[in-house]
Amino acid sequence: MRVDKGFDRRGFLKRAFVLGGTLVLAGCDQLSSADWFRRMLFRAESLTRTTQRAILGPNDMAREYSEADISPDFKPNGSIDPQDEDYLALSANGFQDWRLKVGGLVERPMEWSLADLRAMPSRTQITRHDCVEGWNCIGKWKGVPLKALLDQVGLKPEARYIVFYCADTLEQTLAGGAKYYESLGLPDAEHAQTILAYEMNGGTLPVAHGAPLRLRVERQLGYKMAKYVMRIEAVADFSAIDGGNGGFWEDRGYEWYAGI
Amino acid sequence: MSAISEEGVPRRQLIYRHRLVVRVTHWINVLCITVLLMSGMQIFNAHPALYLGQRSHFDSPVLAMRQAPDTDDNPVGVTTILGHDFTTTGVLGVSRENGASVERGFPSWATLPSFQDLATGRRWHFFFAWLFVANGLVYLAWSLASGHLRELVPNRDQLRHIGASIWEHMRLKFPRGDEARHYNVLQKLAYFGIALVVLPLLVLAGLAMSPGIDAAFPWLVDILGGRQTARTIHFVCATLVVLFILVHLAMVLISGVFNNLRSMITGNYVIQPEEKSDAR
Repeated sequence: MRVDKGFDRRGFLKRAFVLGGTLVLAGCDQLSSADWFRRMLFRAESLTRTTQRAILGPNDMAREYSEADISPDFKPNGSIDPQDEDYLALSANGFQDWRLKVGGLVERPMEWSLADLRAMPSRTQITRHDCVEGWNCIGKWKGVPLKALLDQVGLKPEARYIVFYCADTLEQTLAGGAKYYESLGLPDAEHAQTILAYEMNGGTLPVAHGAPLRLRVERQLGYKMAKYVMRIEAVADFSAIDGGNGGFWEDRGYEWYAGI
Repeated sequence: MSAISEEGVPRRQLIYRHRLVVRVTHWINVLCITVLLMSGMQIFNAHPALYLGQRSHFDSPVLAMRQAPDTDDNPVGVTTILGHDFTTTGVLGVSRENGASVERGFPSWATLPSFQDLATGRRWHFFFAWLFVANGLVYLAWSLASGHLRELVPNRDQLRHIGASIWEHMRLKFPRGDEARHYNVLQKLAYFGIALVVLPLLVLAGLAMSPGIDAAFPWLVDILGGRQTARTIHFVCATLVVLFILVHLAMVLISGVFNNLRSMITGNYVIQPEEKSDAR
């Protein structure tokens, strides 16, 4: 028997297999955090963005659904009950003191109250909300097209991105949380279905879903659709803002272009 | 090789079996599919449940992996498939990560990266998805132009004798002599099915999960039955790929691992002489 020779071939092969597998996995984990390798992986995002921008016309619309398709249990995600003091104060009196400030690289910085926004021409759409986690819900949103606001303030020619600053701090690490923010390129910012919604499923936008105002960007993933929007800024680039990647989740490794 | 010593007179024939494009695209595929499966499981773990239709019906998943409620002291992993619960502690639903039992869909050793990190899993997945699609297009274009594709289509005669071929494979008897020069009927069906049906469907279902693609080609998600059905199809196709790989590897091992590996590296393959009727 082989055991007598002090050499167990089957056991050896099994151990070699496990050891080899462990080394490969550990190697992959090391690659996952190596700068040069991440830079290489991240290049796929430009390819995806360029390709999708090429096949996606400016007027191509995300599918709109019927009332019957609306999710009865639309899942709120990320911040669902912000505890930031400024936000709690605004929410305490029904956001009457809340103002949406739009500035940056614009001709005429302006601000709007919720009543002002509600008085503007609105768009209502029943759309799919695709979470980066893989699930999706369908909801009805009513709000002001972002383009209407951008037209009023007048973008300066050097403006290339629209940045959304939010009221909520999303706790991530022990080192402390960071305020949520997001950004869009002009093709998506000016798209007909890109709206700032104040109503959901026919009622006032609930706090869990971003009251008083949330962004809808129907051709991208859910994390692009900033909730609790306080301020909007037109910029030439976003590298100086927070982590420099254009959004809260983008600063944590997610794609800035979230059409996939 | 044993056949030489048994037969006395070696009548082995060396043939050129796999052409360069097939060999190169095969090994690029090995890399891509390994990474795609493992990073795919990482992505799945972000929400380890599947649904049918246009949206997630959270209370009626067709498949779900989770920790059973109230089992924090001694976590129990449960996998639900079409309403049936299975205890899968240690592998699905609950498995060990850094020495502790934690709730996660697929276990740490199967995912890329091993720790929970959806963002990095997506980066791996999409980079290698591009490489996989480019590699697949090269293979398909070359196969079409060179006539290789026709070698994957079984003829009527082969299909008529499929029963005999299955029986031979079950007894682990593989074609020798002239028959071994070409793919047999089971190989043709397996390769045709995986390369021209399962993998393209897997890619289309993956694309249908992209909100950008859905705005450009709304028909895609419609013909697949809605975005959540597309996600389920993507998962089922990936499972079929895993099954294919298991059978493929078993066949490679059983039917002469050295000869098979050499043929996929150098292209050269040794054909064993046909057995004589009194051989065994």
